[in-house]
Amino acid sequence: MTTTEPLPTETEAEHPALAIDGLEMSYIVRGTPRAVLRGVSFEVRAGEAYGLVGESGCGKSTTAYAALRYLPGNGRIDAGRVESGGQELTAMSGRELREFRAQRASMVFQDPVQAVNPVLKIGKQVSEAFKVMGQSNSEAHASALAALKRVRIAAPESVMDRYPHQLSGGMLQRVVIAMALACDPTLLVLDEPTTGLDATVEAEVLDLVRDLRSELNSAILLIAHNLGVIRTMCDRVGVMYAGRIVEEGTVDEVFDNPSHPYTKGLLNSIPRRGLRKTDRELFAIPGSAPPIGASLPTCTYIDRCPIATEICRTDVPPIVDRSDGHWTRCHDADRISDVPEPQEVTVNYNVGTEQVIGVNGVSKTFRQRGHDVPALVSVDLGFAEGETLGLVGESGSGKSTLAKTMLGVHAADEGGAITLRGRQMAGKATARVEESVRAISMVFQNPDSALNRSWTVRRILHRSVVKLTGVKGAAADKRVEEIAEAMQLSPRHLDMRPRQLSGGLKQRVAIARAFAGDPEVVVCDEPTSALDVSVQAAILNLLAGLQNEERTSYLFISHDIGVVRYLADRIAVMYLGRIMEIGSTATMFNGTNHPYTEALLSAVPSVDGIAEDRIPLMGAIPSPANPPSGCVFHTRCHRAIKGLCEVTEPQMVELSAGHSMKCHLTVEQLSEPVHIDPAAVLAVAIDDPLA
Amino acid sequence: MSETSDLANGDAAKSELDRGPTTSERSAKNQIRREQLRVLYRSPGFLFGVLIVGFWVFAALWPSLLTSVGPKEFVEAGPRVKPGSEAWLGTDKNGWDVYARIIYGARPILIVAPIATAMAVIVGTMLGLVMGYYRGWVDEVLSRVIEAILSIPIILMAILVVFTFGRSTPVIIGTIAVLFVPAITRTIRSAAIAESDLDYVMSAKMRGESGLFIVGREILPNVTGLVVVELTVRLGYAVFTYATLAFLGFVGSNITDADWGIDVSQNYEQIVRDIWWPSIFPAIAIASLVIGVNLIADSIDKALKS
Repeated sequence: MTTTEPLPTETEAEHPALAIDGLEMSYIVRGTPRAVLRGVSFEVRAGEAYGLVGESGCGKSTTAYAALRYLPGNGRIDAGRVESGGQELTAMSGRELREFRAQRASMVFQDPVQAVNPVLKIGKQVSEAFKVMGQSNSEAHASALAALKRVRIAAPESVMDRYPHQLSGGMLQRVVIAMALACDPTLLVLDEPTTGLDATVEAEVLDLVRDLRSELNSAILLIAHNLGVIRTMCDRVGVMYAGRIVEEGTVDEVFDNPSHPYTKGLLNSIPRRGLRKTDRELFAIPGSAPPIGASLPTCTYIDRCPIATEICRTDVPPIVDRSDGHWTRCHDADRISDVPEPQEVTVNYNVGTEQVIGVNGVSKTFRQRGHDVPALVSVDLGFAEGETLGLVGESGSGKSTLAKTMLGVHAADEGGAITLRGRQMAGKATARVEESVRAISMVFQNPDSALNRSWTVRRILHRSVVKLTGVKGAAADKRVEEIAEAMQLSPRHLDMRPRQLSGGLKQRVAIARAFAGDPEVVVCDEPTSALDVSVQAAILNLLAGLQNEERTSYLFISHDIGVVRYLADRIAVMYLGRIMEIGSTATMFNGTNHPYTEALLSAVPSVDGIAEDRIPLMGAIPSPANPPSGCVFHTRCHRAIKGLCEVTEPQMVELSAGHSMKCHLTVEQLSEPVHIDPAAVLAVAIDDPLA
Repeated sequence: MSETSDLANGDAAKSELDRGPTTSERSAKNQIRREQLRVLYRSPGFLFGVLIVGFWVFAALWPSLLTSVGPKEFVEAGPRVKPGSEAWLGTDKNGWDVYARIIYGARPILIVAPIATAMAVIVGTMLGLVMGYYRGWVDEVLSRVIEAILSIPIILMAILVVFTFGRSTPVIIGTIAVLFVPAITRTIRSAAIAESDLDYVMSAKMRGESGLFIVGREILPNVTGLVVVELTVRLGYAVFTYATLAFLGFVGSNITDADWGIDVSQNYEQIVRDIWWPSIFPAIAIASLVIGVNLIADSIDKALKS
């Protein structure tokens, strides 16, 4: 995307929509002020979209809140100015500030479910946004209808009459955006607006914002940790590190020509351009970002920088202009090419031929209020030794249920079987023999939840070793130290509690625990989605390395297609508890796909530029309690054949060796290109059967 | 700055703090606990509470150090003397020194209230953990029992117990404990439900741990903060409940014993004759102990949440 010239709006052409200058802020935590912003300066011009990226804890969200002076009670502005349209925010009184927020600036938060009041109907809440501006009841109602239309909601009357829980996450975020746009703000702040949403829903929201940009003259400040989102949405981007912006420029310049070692590190740490584990390792930025309140050296990045020299320790790095509007805060911007490239992988990933764990015709039906809810329907999967099977699909497609069934959290329905080297395992973990319990373990999504907060790392690992392997005493202690070392945890980490560790270290502990019993299959349920990209890289490298040494198989569940592509040997696509397509990673990304896979793949915002021809999915995933007739996907399929797909359920057909899918269409029909206007889909999305 | 919106967004911004690597690896093992303690020691409410409660604990332990007069000693001034130089807080209708009786009266209340609270917290925590972890029919049955207890008015319960088992101290302790178990159980139960939903519990189930291990070793350490808060909050209520029972005459066998609640009940009728000191001063003593305990409870709660 190219830089759009600031729109010459009549009133504020000379003032930027947001100008932050030398902003320093701290939070008072347990009585001590801790610096979080240390001189942030940037401008968002009218009509421009400006992105902020960086690891968590570097001050992105704080900057966003500061832009509207929405500070928590323990936040304090120490120095600097925040201006919007020429008005100084730091000096405003409470009343002026309220007026400013009501009339000129809006914010959209991360989780739409928390941003709306669950007991009020949508109509009432949207109207409220207009009443604040002094409209009468009837005026506000009319404005609310128009506002919902504006965010491409086709049947605003019916949406107005619903409660938040009756809308899908994407729809709700659109309602929240409608409210934010009520005052036609000059500044719209979006704080991680799509984090926590499915890739397909994320695409829906991003489509909307992109579409709206052309008709609004709002400036947008977008906070996201997903570099792909920033790349596709923004004109300019600022890279934040430890409370400062270290590089700024147009998205194309910054992402294609990074000039700060940190930016380069971030970009190298994500699997780009179809990178696979067989090509090279991911680059993990060593160390972790300085904690809030830490005293910083001259260059904030010095401790993690691969090209730091003596001067970095003695002098504050200057701002170096790279090209028009692109600058970096580095002494050695010219030596950026010295940043070492990640290592090429020399080892071969050998996938065994023998099936270790087999999932044969496994179904799982829950009983809910007297109704049968089929969460898994006849799932067949197999894991060879040392193989990674990627499992993708929207939330609610049954991925986690499959994982839990394999692990014996609940028993599968009669008829199916989970086998360990050909022998059937008991359904429940408590009924399984020790060998079976050991054979499968799990790495959870959120290490904060997965590790007992009040246990030390040593105790966590020790318990699993004792319980799973039966080793006791000194031998168990030794084993704990061995696995910790294999996870690159140092001995002193063993006596810490989880909250004293960073997110990446916590996840290492969780992985160590999963490997304590020397398992055959490790189920990884989104193991990196709660982590920063730099940490994610280290975890993915660790998983790949462990697999190679231990010959373990992975069931790798993830929303992030790039990550799955990097790690997986085969990929299975799940929808409503059914495997829709399964094949080797190469065929999945290069061959003909199931229409659902096609839509999933096209929804991913790429850091390498805009994906062409996105195929939007209509509406939300249907409820498993009431699955559509025939092919379960026909209600949202862009290639559905009337009279066939809604009547007959397609069988799994093998297209080529190891590549199968459930679809009535022929390969020729599936490979015909389709083009769907995203705006058209946004408009019909209301007809989802759930609502 | 608009107060409300700032507060409304406090959580969001704080979560950003939490996500960051605020806990550096260098940090000492118990840094957070230490800082919480510092917040606690510096809060004026806590210090004031400790001062009040400390005084009464001292009075209960060594009453003779605080007064030279015994609780049933007839002082020279005679009965119904106003507070003044002869008797600090006056004398009652029997000619006993009100101040001395208050000092000596601290002991019974400070024996009953903590023991009853401790028992209630122990039983309530165990029940709450079991109900919250196992859910299902265990939870259903116990919930109904708890609701039944909650539905009995305190006074009615006390009358029933006293007429059945007598009014000895152990009976009173047991009564107050039983009365308090339901509320504590509910609090701990909801915390245990939240904990049971976390993945570490699922992980324990996956490696085949017994329910007892999960409840006692995995979940319990994570609700101890709540247990401490519950302990202090309930202690305040227990003081009040004991005083109420004493006032109503359900406590002790001898109405001449020094006890704040009994003293209030023995002397309150004389307020109409302008003899207010024998009943108001013990009442203030009760109030001060309740307030002191609550100040401590509030400060601990705040420090744990900071």
